[in-house]
Amino acid sequence: MTLKALFAASATAALLLALPANAAELTIGFSQIGSESGWRAAETSVSKQEASKRKVNLKIADAQQKQENQIKAIRSFIAQNVDAIFLAPVVSTGWDSVLKEAKEAKIPVVLLDRDIDPSGKELYLTAVTSDSVHEGEVAGDWLAKTVGGKACNIVELQGTVGASVAANRKKGFDTAIAKHANLKVVRSQTGDFTRAKGKEVMESFIKAEGGGKSLCAVYAHNDDMMVGAIQAMKEAGLKPGKDILTVSIDAVPDIFKAMVAGEANATVELTPNMAGPALDAIAAFKDKGTVPPKWIQTDSKLFTATDDPQKIYDSKKGLGY
Amino acid sequence: MTALLPRRGLAQILALIVILAVDRVVSPQFFDLRLQDGRLFGSLIDVLNRGTPVALLSLGMVLVIATRGIDLSVGAVMAISGAIAASLADTHSLAVVLAAALGAGLICGLWNGFLVAVLGMQPIVATLILMVAGRGIAQLITEGRIVTFSSPDLVWLGNGSILGLPVPVAIALGMLILTGAVVRGSALGLLIEATGGNARASELAGVGTRAMILAVYVWCGVCAALAGVIAAADIMGADANNAGLWLELDAILAVVIGGTSLFGGRFSLVLAVLGALIIQTMNTGILLSGYPPEFNLLVKAVVVLAVLLLQSPKLSGFAGVVTRLRRTKA
Repeated sequence: MTLKALFAASATAALLLALPANAAELTIGFSQIGSESGWRAAETSVSKQEASKRKVNLKIADAQQKQENQIKAIRSFIAQNVDAIFLAPVVSTGWDSVLKEAKEAKIPVVLLDRDIDPSGKELYLTAVTSDSVHEGEVAGDWLAKTVGGKACNIVELQGTVGASVAANRKKGFDTAIAKHANLKVVRSQTGDFTRAKGKEVMESFIKAEGGGKSLCAVYAHNDDMMVGAIQAMKEAGLKPGKDILTVSIDAVPDIFKAMVAGEANATVELTPNMAGPALDAIAAFKDKGTVPPKWIQTDSKLFTATDDPQKIYDSKKGLGY
Repeated sequence: MTALLPRRGLAQILALIVILAVDRVVSPQFFDLRLQDGRLFGSLIDVLNRGTPVALLSLGMVLVIATRGIDLSVGAVMAISGAIAASLADTHSLAVVLAAALGAGLICGLWNGFLVAVLGMQPIVATLILMVAGRGIAQLITEGRIVTFSSPDLVWLGNGSILGLPVPVAIALGMLILTGAVVRGSALGLLIEATGGNARASELAGVGTRAMILAVYVWCGVCAALAGVIAAADIMGADANNAGLWLELDAILAVVIGGTSLFGGRFSLVLAVLGALIIQTMNTGILLSGYPPEFNLLVKAVVVLAVLLLQSPKLSGFAGVVTRLRRTKA
């Protein structure tokens, strides 16, 4: 009960300081998938930052990639009578009964980063996700604009075969460059989203395309593969970032390091800040009863060498990527 | 040399030549070689270089399999040693980095060997423990991030060259010669085969089967650790989630393609490494072919099936009958 007293005290303090008073009272439970990737770790740390910025008490439960752990966490959040629940669903189905329990307890649920099966649309308040087709489009548009009218042979490093993100990022990019007859994807292979495979596949692309002299750009479905590809290009005596343009997606810190070195050109951010918009939506919903749209799309921001990559690197490297 | 490369290697060499020929067809520049910054450059070098981790794994794996065991943990051991090497690289000398990484592999091998030889667990279960836990350990070391480094010594280990050959290839060659010299230069190889052939009989005949089993798992761990260091050095970073992922299966496949039976007994180091090269020649060929990636695994499966059919005693017996029939007709 001392905790409650502490919150009450901080709420009073907040009132006295004329800060948004209601925010201090919010307690939100966040069922996070786990920490399977650097991006996921960054999402967790950014969520903590965003919550403390808004003086929200965020309780994070790490599900270690298991749906049953997430269901348990949500049930415990309901038992604690939190003000809202954030859920980053590990799979898209099987949420109906637990979300019904949350609805009966009148606790709004916000999905982060991933959507769930359509049958549950009325069971959650809103979903904050990025649009991976759009990410591919942003990458393609940048390339088309940068290349201009000259002919450009592109090689593509795809994500894991069968992953929806990979299919969407490919689709978006293809749509964007379809409008420009001078842009052509000459080779496309999967690099499994990893550095090692990205490097290996790029090595084979370079050999298959006569030493890489005829290539004008590389498009990778994530930055890690691009980091590997950059190494492969350097070892082949090519100059990535100058002879061969690079554009990839995710905006992890290491791609900014490559940008500082002039070896990478552009990246499209998959923002780890899914909690920020979700927190704002919950605050507005609690305050004024504003019902947010069913889908809040996060920004797919483009970063290039002109955006002070060193500064972005410094700000991102502590996030756990 | 006859001890290292028995006559039964014919099927493997034939398979390698056929796959190389197919690679030449899908990619006309396959055999082109040139010097790039004092290092040979070409698809053939890629095959050797990219085949190195699996070749190293297969060197340890073939000995384990010869004792009728199996080591599923090699991929995870790669992740652990890579993580250790990457975390130490920028603050310690190469000698310390290598000692720590290979030492970790040795300890992993001792653990597996202890479970199998001393506690008598079934190898597939015993090594499954480290396969699962090992990747977790590696993730703890890297804290879930990709740990990058810039130590030129360690980078050289992955990307440098000796007499034009990539350093990893030279290391794998050295390990093959070293392992061959130790197991075939002494009675050790025979004792390992005896252990796998019939452990009970060997024990009664005075072979220290426990020591043999322990030793092969330790060597397997060290080989895996070396592969892990090379994999990390190659991408200048340790990726605990993906380093060595599923490579234990490729290593087992390499050993099997190399003609060593999973029931233990006779083994060949050279053919196991050849098996690793066959797998990589195929992988590189697939990448060069330009087919959509959806076909990668299917093509691989078909080729592996074909190589194994080539070796099948029943089938080669059948082929022999056919040729004999033809001869009598003629």
